[in-house]
Amino acid sequence: MSTDTIAPAKLTRKDFETDQEVRWCPGCGDYSILAQTQKVLPDLGVPREKFVMVSGIGCSSRFPYYVNAYGLHSIHGRAPAIASGVKLSNPDLFVWVITGDGDGLSIGGNHLVHCMRRNIDLKIILFNNRIYGLTKGQYSPTSEFGKKTKSTPMGSIDYPLNPIHIALAAEATFVARSMDVDTKHLVEMMNRAAKHKGAAFVEVFQNCNIFNDGAFRNFADREVRDDRMIAIEHGKPLIFGKDRDKGLVLKGTNLEVVKLGNGVSESDLLVYNEEDPNPTLAYLLSGMSYPDFPVPVGVFRNLRKPTYDELLTGQLERSVQNFGKGDLEKLFNSGDTWVVE
Amino acid sequence: MTVRERKDLQTVTIRFAGDSGDGMQLTGTQFTNTSAVFGNDISTLPDFPAEIRAPAGSLPGVSGFQVNFSSRDIKTPGDEPNVLVAMNPAALKVNLADLESGGILIVNSDAFSEGNLKKAGYARNPLEDGSLSGYRLFSLPISSLNVNALSECKLTRKDVDRCKNFFALGLMYWLYDRPMKQTIDWIDSKFRKNPEVGKANMLALKAGYYYGETTEMFTVHYTVPKASLAPGKYRNITGNEATAVGFVTAAALAGRPLFYASYPITPASDILHELSRHQNFGVKTMQCEDEIAAMAAAIGASFAGNLGLTGTSGPGLCLKSEAINLAVMTELPVVIVDVQRGGPSTGLPTKTEQADLLQAMFGRNSESPVVLLAPATPADCFYMAIEAWRIAVKYMTPVLYLSDGYLANGSEPWKIPDVGSLPKIDVQFRTDPEGFFPYSRDEVTLSRPWAIPGTPGLEHRIGGLEKQHITGNVSYDPENHMKMVELRAKKIAGIANDIPDLQVTGEPEGEVLVVSWGGTYGAVAAAIEELQSRNLSVSHIHLRYLNPFPKNLSDILGRFEKILVPELNLGQLSWLLRARFLVPAISFSKVKGKPFRISEIIDRVLEVIES
Repeated sequence: MSTDTIAPAKLTRKDFETDQEVRWCPGCGDYSILAQTQKVLPDLGVPREKFVMVSGIGCSSRFPYYVNAYGLHSIHGRAPAIASGVKLSNPDLFVWVITGDGDGLSIGGNHLVHCMRRNIDLKIILFNNRIYGLTKGQYSPTSEFGKKTKSTPMGSIDYPLNPIHIALAAEATFVARSMDVDTKHLVEMMNRAAKHKGAAFVEVFQNCNIFNDGAFRNFADREVRDDRMIAIEHGKPLIFGKDRDKGLVLKGTNLEVVKLGNGVSESDLLVYNEEDPNPTLAYLLSGMSYPDFPVPVGVFRNLRKPTYDELLTGQLERSVQNFGKGDLEKLFNSGDTWVVE
Repeated sequence: MTVRERKDLQTVTIRFAGDSGDGMQLTGTQFTNTSAVFGNDISTLPDFPAEIRAPAGSLPGVSGFQVNFSSRDIKTPGDEPNVLVAMNPAALKVNLADLESGGILIVNSDAFSEGNLKKAGYARNPLEDGSLSGYRLFSLPISSLNVNALSECKLTRKDVDRCKNFFALGLMYWLYDRPMKQTIDWIDSKFRKNPEVGKANMLALKAGYYYGETTEMFTVHYTVPKASLAPGKYRNITGNEATAVGFVTAAALAGRPLFYASYPITPASDILHELSRHQNFGVKTMQCEDEIAAMAAAIGASFAGNLGLTGTSGPGLCLKSEAINLAVMTELPVVIVDVQRGGPSTGLPTKTEQADLLQAMFGRNSESPVVLLAPATPADCFYMAIEAWRIAVKYMTPVLYLSDGYLANGSEPWKIPDVGSLPKIDVQFRTDPEGFFPYSRDEVTLSRPWAIPGTPGLEHRIGGLEKQHITGNVSYDPENHMKMVELRAKKIAGIANDIPDLQVTGEPEGEVLVVSWGGTYGAVAAAIEELQSRNLSVSHIHLRYLNPFPKNLSDILGRFEKILVPELNLGQLSWLLRARFLVPAISFSKVKGKPFRISEIIDRVLEVIES
């Protein structure tokens, strides 16, 4: 991330708090995401007035009201498109998209996909609680198959989709996952996303303690987390377990969990390369789910390629070089003209 | 060579018609530009199918281009063509009914093969069965004449055939005594990289011209002298071009970058094409994933301090409704272009209609006032595009700009304005944090401050939830909601004080007042001129501002016994006038995908006078 502005006076977390009363339910995972964001923003070396938080509709989308920066709490699903307009109008701004599993993957799926494939320099945080909270408990596009909710008393017959798969397929240049309860990891992911130049997508597992409490408990609870989740790290072997005794290897085109020892050593494990332009392994890894596999968090993909905003700025500059700065007189008089005396 | 008789005519309307692959739009455009540069007043009406290449020779594949050129001031592309050029049987079938009785009919007899006749639904060859005896028929083998003329060109037969439209064009140039220079220059620059094709087109053009001159077929040819237009420099311009150039100008006058987000849709796409060519003006264009995204991106752009603009046609306007309301609630300046087309649903994508008026006015949830403007002629699009931005920025409001397919693709001479004479658009960004509230209001305009991201000390949050008056904080307070609903309405209504009064054409009071709006101006104004020349008591007002209405509209309506409202819909403006002013407006509807003819308006007014 680069900025040519003069380094401002050191900002603190307090600078990013607003006077608005936070109205999420007590115990909601959103509080943690807000707190981690307010921890990350002051340390980016960017003046506060350059941050713009754009959200859609849903519990998560109230987020901009609680961050003292510029904010737009918009309409359902459209935050990526609005944020694109903001960023392209003033590429100097640092624009964040705050969305949820319903907002970003259902009603706004189209915009989410397209802002990522364009590689617009946006930081997209998708709060995934696998439920519609603000409308009081209907299943979402990430709810598990068979889930009983208010709108699916017999169980959902919708197959869920995987947000990381969507981001990879859309060629986002930074794709990561974290979770509300692992604040240290969340800070790290948000920080890396913030510093990435290009479309950065972070899925955050977020507990809705009212309508979908414990959605991630069976693998994310502190007591079981180490054995049921894996933190992927660039350049390091894919290893996990409380005793760091399990790892991942590739068998044919499938991943397999192996136990270390008995002739299997760390050097036999896959080493992760987040900068690999080939998305195959990222796709396989992000497809893992408990209980067959550990649930992965971390950075799946991190590539640098020209962003839409950089390319657009380049075209505008080249156009001036080639044709000269726009001149109305010339524009009006282009084509066949004639004079009436 | 025989010296042919030459006759002066005041006004001529020609329609070129052929297969959609025959190049009729290009032929018509060339004839138009030549006539414009020659000094005639002109007005054009392209009429083409939605299918890019319908089966060759079929009725749905017929493409037409009508041009009216005159030594007088004209306002429309002409009611009925005096001349029809039909390149195949289907073109004849589709267009013949419009040709004036006794009109000149030029057909390409080579195309009247058994197969083509069948495709056009002719049981017998109309060139041979006497059915065209009511017209001055000139049946010429244009295809083979063209092939002969191009015998030395090293082109495939197919490429040679593609030049036959220029043979027809050349012939028409001779018949109406036009210079070939404009088209020759055009060929030179267009085919610079493909000289063989350029040469072929040149040969075809000249062959057509000299064919007219040397054969004895035409005993007479015609001149249409120059028109006496107001002095100045002119160019021919379509409504879509004028709209785009108007927006580029507005951005320059405002000193802010233009950001145009759009999704391709007929007949608005040409605005996107035109604007995307002007990046050196700082114009940014974004072809979005859908109509909603385009509206949303425009809002984001305006929030960030650019001029956020989007353009579409009716079906796209439906999709944008929710996001337009976000701009209403956040009170951001955005302009939305709706180039109206036949509907509902996909409707008639390439045909004109004015039936989105009530959608534009009311088609959003809740109380949602926006400004509605409608340009009157292709050249007027330029001025209304600037006006849309003046209002949007000054009043911090969405402005809906209602063009239509007729204006968008039609063209007329545009008197090129002096850049220095165009008034600046005053953009005031708030910068002072002292006493800043996002929803404080200017006492006169009632607009809120435009405080753009990047401004230190003005960090604030806005959105679609109801705002507390002044602070802009989210508010569910019932009294506050009522106040805000009223404030939003009052702000838009107040713009009536900042737009020009209506000018009545004709007597200020009397028996019949004709009220028109938008793209029907030309036909209605021409009809009124004709009726007034007959000393009939008919007056006319034309609305370019539909919300708010001009302040003096109510007064004017009250001064006439009968009010006739011609519209290309089932009476939407008359519905608004009745609701708003309790006047017994008489609706005159036409919803055929075609503009009004002058004669239709005249006939209806006469009926109203007699009733």
